[in-house]
Amino acid sequence: MTAVTQAPPCRASAPGRLGRWGRALSRELTTVVITTFGLLLVTFFIARVVPIDPVLAVVGDRAPADVYEKARLALGLDKPLWHQFAIYVGKVFTGDLGTSVLTSQKVVDDIRTVFPATLELATLGTLIGVVIGVPLGILAAVNQGRWQDQIARVVGLIGYSVPVFWIGLMALLLFYAKLGWVAGPGRISVVWQDIVTTRTGVIMLDAALDGEWEAFWDAFSHLILPAAVLGLLSVAYVSRMTRSFMIGELQQQYVIAARVKGVSEAAVIWRHALRNAAVPLFTVIALSYMHLLEGSVLTETIFAWPGLGRYLTNALLNADMNAVLGGTLVVGVVFIGVNLLTDIIGRLADPRVR
Amino acid sequence: MSDTSSAGLHAWLISDSPTSRRQARLGQLYRQWLAFKRNPMAVAGLAIIVLLLLAAAFAPLIAPFDPLVQALDKRLLPPSAVNWFGTDALGRDIFSRIVHGTRITLVIVLLVVVTVGPFGLLVGAVSGYFGGWVDRLLMRITDVFLAFPRLVLALAFVAALGPGIVNAIIAIAITTWPPYARVARAETMVIRNQDYIEAMRLQGASRARIIWKHVVPMCMPSLIVRTTFDMAGIILTAAGLGFLGLGAQPPMPEWGAMISAGREQIFDQWWVATFPGIAICIVALGFNLLGDGLRDVMDAR
Amino acid sequence: MRHVAKLMAVSAFAGLMTTTAVIAQTPKDTVVMAKQIDDIITLDPAEAFEFSGVEVGANVYDKLINIDIAKNNELIPDLAESWTVSPDNLTYTFKLRKGVKFHSGNPLTAADVVYSFQRAVTLNKSPGFILRQFGFVAENVLEKVKAVDENTVQITVSKPFAPTFFYNCLTSGVAAIVDSKLVKANEKDGDWGNGWLKLNSAGSGAYKVRSYRPNEQYTLDANESWYKGAPKSKRIVVRHVAEPASQRLLVEKGDVDIARNLSKDQLEAVKSNDAIKIVQGDKGYILYLGLNQKNPNLAKPEVREALKLLVDYASIEKNILEGTYKGHESFLPQGFLGAISDKPYSLNVAKAKELLAKAGLANGFTVTMDTRSVAPITDIAQAIQATWAQAGIKLEIIPGDGKQTLTKYRARTHDIYIGQWGPDYLDPHTNAETFAINEDNGEEAKSKTLAWRNAWDIPQMTKVTQGAVLESDAAKRKTTYEGLQRDHQKVSPFVIMFQQIEVSAERKNVNGWVIGPSSDTNRYATIVKN
Repeated sequence: MTAVTQAPPCRASAPGRLGRWGRALSRELTTVVITTFGLLLVTFFIARVVPIDPVLAVVGDRAPADVYEKARLALGLDKPLWHQFAIYVGKVFTGDLGTSVLTSQKVVDDIRTVFPATLELATLGTLIGVVIGVPLGILAAVNQGRWQDQIARVVGLIGYSVPVFWIGLMALLLFYAKLGWVAGPGRISVVWQDIVTTRTGVIMLDAALDGEWEAFWDAFSHLILPAAVLGLLSVAYVSRMTRSFMIGELQQQYVIAARVKGVSEAAVIWRHALRNAAVPLFTVIALSYMHLLEGSVLTETIFAWPGLGRYLTNALLNADMNAVLGGTLVVGVVFIGVNLLTDIIGRLADPRVR
Repeated sequence: MSDTSSAGLHAWLISDSPTSRRQARLGQLYRQWLAFKRNPMAVAGLAIIVLLLLAAAFAPLIAPFDPLVQALDKRLLPPSAVNWFGTDALGRDIFSRIVHGTRITLVIVLLVVVTVGPFGLLVGAVSGYFGGWVDRLLMRITDVFLAFPRLVLALAFVAALGPGIVNAIIAIAITTWPPYARVARAETMVIRNQDYIEAMRLQGASRARIIWKHVVPMCMPSLIVRTTFDMAGIILTAAGLGFLGLGAQPPMPEWGAMISAGREQIFDQWWVATFPGIAICIVALGFNLLGDGLRDVMDAR
Repeated sequence: MRHVAKLMAVSAFAGLMTTTAVIAQTPKDTVVMAKQIDDIITLDPAEAFEFSGVEVGANVYDKLINIDIAKNNELIPDLAESWTVSPDNLTYTFKLRKGVKFHSGNPLTAADVVYSFQRAVTLNKSPGFILRQFGFVAENVLEKVKAVDENTVQITVSKPFAPTFFYNCLTSGVAAIVDSKLVKANEKDGDWGNGWLKLNSAGSGAYKVRSYRPNEQYTLDANESWYKGAPKSKRIVVRHVAEPASQRLLVEKGDVDIARNLSKDQLEAVKSNDAIKIVQGDKGYILYLGLNQKNPNLAKPEVREALKLLVDYASIEKNILEGTYKGHESFLPQGFLGAISDKPYSLNVAKAKELLAKAGLANGFTVTMDTRSVAPITDIAQAIQATWAQAGIKLEIIPGDGKQTLTKYRARTHDIYIGQWGPDYLDPHTNAETFAINEDNGEEAKSKTLAWRNAWDIPQMTKVTQGAVLESDAAKRKTTYEGLQRDHQKVSPFVIMFQQIEVSAERKNVNGWVIGPSSDTNRYATIVKN
C-alpha cells in the first residue's frame, strides 16, 4: 500500500545521453533540497504549535518562576518564530542539530546511538520479509488462482490487517511470558549491558566482533520477536508485489519462448522470470525497509526498544524540538534517499531510458 | 441488485448492445457484480463489512450491557456466559464495548475517507492535468508529507490539535491524502492525452469542466479501490493513536484505547487486550478483502 | 557480516533454545532494578528535582544532616558531626566529620561545603529555592556561608526561621556536598560544571555513577571507602522499564531483582509467587483534583463541597489502588509534622445534589478534566466521571501526555486537573506553601504555587501559612498546621483523595531494601543478595 514516488516522466528527447543524465540528476537534486527544506519547515511549525511547553523538559514542573524564565530565554523561545527557524536552518547546514533538552546530549549523538538499534530491527525484519515473502509470492504467481495463491493472498491481507502493537503484545504474552522461548522487552539482558564494546552500535555485530557469543545470542533472543512482528508487515508487502511482478514476467514472450525451447519450469521461474523481476523487486524491498524504519514507532514502544521510533515519540511528547526535528529529518532524508536510489535504478534498468 | 433476477432482467443487463446510457451503465455494474460474486474472499469481505454496519446500527440491541456503566466489584472477570468477552479494569462488559466501538470505528473511517478522497482527487487531477510548475509545486508538497513517518506525523498533529476523536480524524486525514493525490495524478496524466479530451478542448470546454466532468470520473475506479484498501490502514492508524492515548476520549470504547488499557493486565487477564485486537483485525481484514475483490473487478490492471 | 548472517540462519532455532538457558540470574554482587526513570532530567544535585534523579543523588552524595528513617525520620549527623544554632535562630555552626574522602580521593573540607552552597544558590536551578528561601543569593552567599576553619562551617539565615525547618531543608538533595576540585576541573564556560554533572557524579556517598543513558539505564558502582563502610552490593543497575506488567514479568523470571512500579493488579498477582516478596513504605505523594477557580461553576463554594462528596474514595481505593495508595484527605502527608488523618468526605450523592441545587445547578453542568493517559490516573478519572454523572455533572475527560496536561495546568487554562504532588523536602512548609499560599493571583505572579494554578485567592490563609515557618516552638507549629489543614479541607478547591504507598516486589534472596518517605531517603547501600 505504498505509493512509489516517481520522478516526473523524462520528456527530454534529442540531446546527448550525458546532458540528459545531467539534467535528470540536477532535477533530482533540486527535488531533494526542496523536499528537505519543506520537511524542516513543516516539522518546525508543528513542533512549535504543539501546546506543550518545552521549558518543562528543562526545568521540570516545580521550578520557581525566575528559573523557568531563565530557561525559556536560553532556549530562544522569546524570539519570533521565523527568527527561530532561520537560526535552526542555519545550524542544520553546518551539521549541528542542536542539543536535546530531554537527554542533554547533542541530537546528532543521540541519533547515532538510537539509529543502529532501529536499523538492526528493520534489517532483520526485512530479511524475514524477503526470505518468506519472495518465495511465497513466486509460489502464488506460479499457481495463480489455485489454493497456493489463495493462501499467499490471505497471508498478505492478514499482514495488512493486524495492528502491530497488538500482535506485539500477543507475541510477548505467548513467546516470552507463557512459553519462555525468547527474551523480553529491551535490547540485551542486564548481565551483558556494558560488557560488549560499542563499535558499530549494532549490539549483535559488536558482540560477534568481541567474540562474546553468549552476549550475541542474548541480543538475538531479544531481537527476534520484534523483528518477526515487523517481518510480518514486510512479508505481506513483499509477497504481494513479488506475485504481481512475477505474473507480469511469466506472461512475457521470452518466457513462452523458453518454455517452448524445453527449458525446465524451475529454470524458467528462477533463472529467467525472477531475474527480470529483480529490479522492481529491489525497489519494493528498499521501500519495505523504509517503511519498517518508520513502522517501528509502535513496535519499539511495546518492546522497550531504544530506537529512533521511541526517541521521536518521546521527544514529541516532551516538545523536545531539536530532537523531533533531528529525528524527523533523518527519517525524511532516508526516505528521500531511498526514493532517489530507486529512481536511479529504475532509470538504469528501464530499456527505454537505457 | 437482486440475486433473484428474472431471466429477462439478466438478459437486459448483459445485453451486448445496450439501447440507453442507463442500460449500459447498469449492465457494466451488473457484470462487475457477477465477477465480484465469483470471488469467495471478496464476498467474505463484503459480509464482514455488512456485519460491521449492522452491529453499528443496532449496537444498543446487540450489546447485553451499557458500554459505559462501571461495576468496580465486577472488574476483570474472565469470559463467561454473562460477559462473553469478560470485563475490563472498571468492570465494564468488553463485548458490549466492542459492539459499541464499531460506531467509533465507522465514524473515523467514513469521515477520513470523505475528507481525503475529494481533496486528494482534486490535487492529483489539477496537478496531472496542468503539469508544469503547478504539477511540480503540488507534487513537492505531496513529497514533503510523504516523507514523514505517517504515525509520527499524525501523532504530531494530534499533539498540536489536542487529543480527541475529531482531532484524530483531522490528523489521520492530513497524513492520508498524499497517496490519493499521486494515484489521481498518474491516472490524469494518462487520460489527459486521450483523443476525446483533446476533442473536448477543441470544442472549447473549460478546464474546470473537463477536469470535473471527464478526468475525475475516470480516476474514480482506482481511487475507490485505493480507498477501500486504505480504510484498513486508517483503522490501524486510529487504533495506534488510541493505543498511545491520543485518540478517543475515555470512556469511549475505542478499540485501540481498549487494548492500551488492557496492556496493564496482559499477562494475567489476557482477554482485556485480546478481544479488541481481534475486532480490529477482523474489520481491517474485511476492508482489505473487499478492496482486493473490487480491484480485480473494477481495475483489471 | 556474512559470517554473522550465516550463523543466524543456520542456528536460529537451536539458538533460541540455548538462549533461554543463558538468560540467567543477575550476578551475585549486582542488584538490578526495573523502574520508570524517564522523569530524570539531570543527575546534578543542584538541578535534580524529579523523583528518580533525586533518588540517584541520595545514593551518590552525602549531606550535612540526614534523616534516620528507622527512627521516625529523626535528624541525624551525616557529614556534619555536630551543629549548634545561636539563640536568635539566625546563625548555625556545623562541625564536619574528619577524614572523609570523595570518590576521587580528594579530602572533603569546609571549602567543599561552601562551594556546594554557592554553586546551588548561584546556578539557581529548579530546587535552588530550597536554599534561597533562607536569604541566600549569588551576591551574598559567600558572606552568609563561611568556612571558619578546615572543618567548621558557619551559616547565617535572613529570618529567625524555625530551626527544624532549616535542618529539614538541609536534608534535601540540593544541599548535597560536591567535590569542588573535580567539579571545577570539569567546568565549561562558567557553567559550574553543570553540563558535566548532568551525566556524571562528584560525591562522597555510597555509590558513584558508572554510566547513565537517559531513558534507558543508570549504573552505580560501590564506593568501597565510604565513611559509613562499603555498601553491601558492588553494583546497582537501574533499568528503565515503562510497563508495570513487564516489570512484574522481569522480576518473576529473575531478570531483575527488584521491580519498583507495580500496580495494584500486578501486586496481587506476585503475592502468590513464592519467589517474591513485597516491600512498602509511605510516600509523601498526594493524589488530588485541582478545581480552577476561573471556572464560574467551580468557584461556587457549594460546588466545591459537592464535588468532594461525589468521589467514591472507598471503592476507588479498594478496586483500583489497593496496596499502592491509601485514603488521605489533607495536604500534609502522613509522617510530616502536623499531619492529620481526618477524612471528612465520603461518597454522598444525595447531599451533593442538595448542595448543587443550592448553587443553582440542580441539573448539573459540564466540565472538563485534563488527565494523563497512564494507569491508574485514567481509571480513577473514569470512576469519578461515573459518580459525578449520578449528580448530573457531565465530566469530559481530556486525555494527554504528562507534559501536555501540565502545560495547560501551569497556564491555568484547565477546568479540573487530576494529578500528584510530592513534597520538595521533609518539612510541612513545602506542601503548606504550595497548597495554601498565593501571594499574588495575577497572571504575572512571581510565585506560582498550586493555589495560584487554580486561581484560588487567599490573602488570609497565605498570612497564616507564612507565619508558621517562623514559629520556633515545634508544638505550636504543629497546632497551626493542623488547624490550617482543617480549614483547607472545608474551603479549598482541592479534592485531596489519596496518599501514595511506594511498593517494590523483590526476589526472596534480596534483603535490606528500605523505602523511605521521600526520594531523598530511598537508599541502596543496605541492599544485599544472598
